[in-house]
Amino acid sequence: MPNLLALVRPHRWSGIAGVALASLTVTAGSALAATAEAPHGAEHGGGGLPQLNPATFPTQIFWLAVTFITLYWLLSKKALPRVAEVLEERQERISRDLGKAGALKDEAETVMAGVEKSLAEARTKAQAEIGRASAEIDAANSARQQQLAADVAERLRQAEARILAAKQDAVANVRSAAADIARDVAARLAGVDSDPAKAEAAVAAVMEERG
Amino acid sequence: MDPLHQFQINPILQIVIAGYDVSFSNSSLFMAVAAGLIYALLVQGMKRRALVPGRLQSMAEMFYEFVANLVRDNAGHDARPYFPFVFAIFMFVLFGNLIGMIPYTFTFTSHIIVTFTLAFAVFVFVTILALVKHGMHFFTFFMPHGVPMFLAPILIPIEVISYLMRPVSLSIRLFANMMAGHTMLKVFAGFTVLMGSALGALGFAVGLVPLALNVALTGFEFLVAFLQAYVFSILTCLYIRDALELH
Repeated sequence: MPNLLALVRPHRWSGIAGVALASLTVTAGSALAATAEAPHGAEHGGGGLPQLNPATFPTQIFWLAVTFITLYWLLSKKALPRVAEVLEERQERISRDLGKAGALKDEAETVMAGVEKSLAEARTKAQAEIGRASAEIDAANSARQQQLAADVAERLRQAEARILAAKQDAVANVRSAAADIARDVAARLAGVDSDPAKAEAAVAAVMEERG
Repeated sequence: MDPLHQFQINPILQIVIAGYDVSFSNSSLFMAVAAGLIYALLVQGMKRRALVPGRLQSMAEMFYEFVANLVRDNAGHDARPYFPFVFAIFMFVLFGNLIGMIPYTFTFTSHIIVTFTLAFAVFVFVTILALVKHGMHFFTFFMPHGVPMFLAPILIPIEVISYLMRPVSLSIRLFANMMAGHTMLKVFAGFTVLMGSALGALGFAVGLVPLALNVALTGFEFLVAFLQAYVFSILTCLYIRDALELH
């Protein structure tokens, strides 16, 4: 209780002030006593301070000693140890409870750390799983894409081949038809029955010439 | 009407031992009442030994911890064994002062012989304590270290006198405060009564002024009652520290 120490300072002047006030009031009081109750004053040593009457000293010292020593003995032997005991008990109880609370807190913290750890583990595991799955999907996608591309190319190739064949077929048909027409024209106009092979060769030569 | 009449010692039971008049008086009665109340407060308060204290137990514990802190802060940790002594002094003076605030009671701390006996007991106690703790080394207390030798003829008498004056200042401070306060209360009360009887109706009106002052003074006296008990015990603690540590 250090703040109470500040209260000690007034004692220097409070002593002086006390003496001053005492003398002041005693003077005023004596005056009052002298005027108000003059005969009464004679009862205690001519109106002086009862405090300064040595006749009352032995009884006060004696009873002060008796009561104070008794009080000291009772306090130091009985009352104060009991208070100390109760206070110690309470302190002990408080520190014990605090210790228990601390242990429980530690326990909760370890549990919490465990939870945190398993949570992190699960998270990394999930992350790995996701990675793996997405890689798999990517691989499947690209494989399918490749296959699709190959398929399309194959079909394109086949179509082109078919078109080429049809074209050659058509060209051949045109050539034979042209030869026939040419032979027919020659027979009708000139009455010449030309050789089909020759006619065909001639047609081919003309077609070659015209592109 | 005599404001000093309240300090009169009135024997209740005449007792004479070895030629000395040690009658049981009003002063002795209130010493016994104070001691009884202190003991009753502590015993009755701590009776239930509750973990969560009630009113009375709180009060008992508060006094205990207050004085324990006082001793620890001002006399040091080595002063633990003297805690009951300081506690007894604090409680005895405090209860003496406070009981005196009740009308028609007797304030035994307003008698110089009582406060001087208490202060002298403290003085003897700390001197014996210092002598037992430090032996002849105790007398270096009057000649602090590092003081030039030529100052010794002046310093040593001053230190010795100031040491011997301790019980005087300790006792007069308490006695003067208590007596002055109680006398003042009585004087102002006397003014009120005097005016009422001398001036009639007007006197009653004027008499209200000292009465109002008395109310304020009563509050002030409660503060003084506590403060003086506190000062008495804190100085006791400081003297114990001096005895234990020799500066």
